[in-house]
Amino acid sequence: MGKIKISGAEAVIRCLLAEGVDLVYGYPGGAIMPVYDELYKFQDQLHHVLVRHEQGATHAAQGYARATGKVGVAIATSGPGATNLVTGIADAQIDSTPMVCITGQVGKHLLGSDAFQETDIIGISTPVTKWNYQVTEASEIPEIIAKAFYIARSGRPGPVLIDITKNAQFDEFEFSYEKCTGIRSYVPVPKLKLDKVAEAAAIINQAKKPFIVFGQGIILGQAEEQLKAFIEKSGIPAGWTILGLSALPTDHPLNVGMLGMHGNYGPNMLTNECDVLIALGMRFDDRVTGNLKTYAKKAKVIHFEIDPAEVDKNVKTEVAILGDVKEALNAILPLIDQKSHESWYNEFKELLKIEVETVINEELNPTNNKGISMGEAMEMINKHSKGDAIIVSDVGQHQMFACRYAKFNSTKSNITSGGLGTMGFALPAAIGAKMGRPDREVVAIIGDGGFQMTIQELGTIFQTKVPVKIVVLNNEFLGMVRQWQELFFDNRYASTNMINPNFVAIAEGYYIKSKKVVKREDLDDAVAEMLASKDSYFLEIMVEKENNVFPMIPTGACVSEIRLS
Amino acid sequence: MEDKTFTISVYSENNVGLLNRISGIFLKRHINILSLNVSESEIENVSRFIIVANTSEKWVKNIVGQIEKQIEVIKAFYHTDEETIYLENALFKIASSLLFDEKQIQNIIKDSQSTIVTVSRDFFVISKSGRRSEIEDLYNKFKPYGIMQFVRSGRISVSKEKMEISALLESYQ
Repeated sequence: MGKIKISGAEAVIRCLLAEGVDLVYGYPGGAIMPVYDELYKFQDQLHHVLVRHEQGATHAAQGYARATGKVGVAIATSGPGATNLVTGIADAQIDSTPMVCITGQVGKHLLGSDAFQETDIIGISTPVTKWNYQVTEASEIPEIIAKAFYIARSGRPGPVLIDITKNAQFDEFEFSYEKCTGIRSYVPVPKLKLDKVAEAAAIINQAKKPFIVFGQGIILGQAEEQLKAFIEKSGIPAGWTILGLSALPTDHPLNVGMLGMHGNYGPNMLTNECDVLIALGMRFDDRVTGNLKTYAKKAKVIHFEIDPAEVDKNVKTEVAILGDVKEALNAILPLIDQKSHESWYNEFKELLKIEVETVINEELNPTNNKGISMGEAMEMINKHSKGDAIIVSDVGQHQMFACRYAKFNSTKSNITSGGLGTMGFALPAAIGAKMGRPDREVVAIIGDGGFQMTIQELGTIFQTKVPVKIVVLNNEFLGMVRQWQELFFDNRYASTNMINPNFVAIAEGYYIKSKKVVKREDLDDAVAEMLASKDSYFLEIMVEKENNVFPMIPTGACVSEIRLS
Repeated sequence: MEDKTFTISVYSENNVGLLNRISGIFLKRHINILSLNVSESEIENVSRFIIVANTSEKWVKNIVGQIEKQIEVIKAFYHTDEETIYLENALFKIASSLLFDEKQIQNIIKDSQSTIVTVSRDFFVISKSGRRSEIEDLYNKFKPYGIMQFVRSGRISVSKEKMEISALLESYQ
């Protein structure tokens, strides 16, 4: 592009277009108005989705990013607009989601003067961003936005916030755009060391009871095929973190299930029996490991990781393979012996049998005239979606049921707030996921608590006509907290019972087709009708009020102390 | 693991906000920074932070990893006291009258190998470089006579071993 003189605000739009952005989420306000004025002029090239609260913009951008692998973009004004982004930014940071947030800021001459809607969003967002920067001159805009996108998507992805003062939006300068291809102080992907790969392969080939645990790194590194090939050649059973879910089809024979606090019985018990633990793109979160002092003590740990700061952070490794996971798996595959660890694999199957008999059967076919269970609801969605839907779950009991019971055939299909555990995530994230992948069925699974944290985004659904399917599993409780109160606080249900409004009436108020299911016999038809709908659809399912999620590793306990009841 | 004093050296770009980002890493682990010094390094436009903190080796490793992953940080290292040459600098402002009335003051200055930076009619200023204990020692000697003002700088240090950054930094020149 030749050099032309344009305003900083127009430059923002041209930079976004140059980065391939065609969809942004946001909410206008005083300090960002010049950018909105340009969004108006460029509306045929850059679609802006008006959310109902800035937090919704970040979660929608996250949902979009998680479903597509592209960078999500959220725009807000200064002050409260900017601070409302913070929860979503923190969520994106801990879940490594590529996102660029652009905030307006008061004019440069007013900075630090406590001007109207001035807030130090750089100071506020520093601990929860991969990078942030305040632009005070229009001419900085192209270079900074180019850096923002490069940083957000490269290496271990994360959120970047760019704060642009109002004068920088108005001022004109000679525009030209160059994509960022490197920053001298930043090494996004460490160079793979082949001697480490060989060392790891030798340990894996010697192993009697090896176990693979994989996380979102597989999805972010687009290494799903390599993971599958590695698992199949090595014959090693594989468990997943909740952000790793869907990287490997759930019905793959060597997929032995979910790790961690509410994960499956076998993978948790056998973590402490394995002799080699191969961690792929996961960070040993405390919800996965339980007590670190007793975690996988019989195992040599091999850690495939892109972020050097994660190595030895929580679990001491025998061999760390730093670098791109896809490249690393491609390198190790030829060195791995073709094997099947039959008797070891059977140990997983045996423990699964116990879990099925003691937990899963009762969850899927409740006895004693119990109400609908959350597991049943998920199973019904599986039946009709056939594992092809993107499931966006919120946070709480329903999230654990969604992750434990949902079936997935393809990757990037499980979208949930893992690290931060942000209630209110799912409804806006589902909007973003559906807009990013209009070809896929997108089903949000939400509890009655989390639904009311971002319920206003029903307005966004109504206005944009985005055909997301919304399922609220209503137990009239903040169920996960209630479960802990039952188990660890002697049934003292402090502030966990919810007196709820008429959700169907609210959804209908937004002209969204709605239905409420109370009886088990109505569930099948209702789910079928929801999934058959071409438009958005709200389905409220009344579920058993005081069901608990099991298995469970109590906080601070070790993984093999997992409880079945 | 036992807590020890570690000197953390950070080479970085000279950017607004980076200090905040780095101090935040200590803040989130509830670790107090004992001393902090930021200056130019041996390479033009590359800053060097010297941070002293008391913590365990496992944590200092994690902290250095988390510092190093900040976009504008080029490289970060940690060293124990034995692995570095380090000192601090202190300024003492003392009433001029003491210099003439208290003979002992002149001996203290001479023995401590400190230097007189300035002398005016009302006060004189003494500068002392050295280990923390030497400065504290001098402080205790002056104290009975009255110190008008005292200030001590953060630690500055260089490592005994070559840091593996040298080659990388050369490419920046």
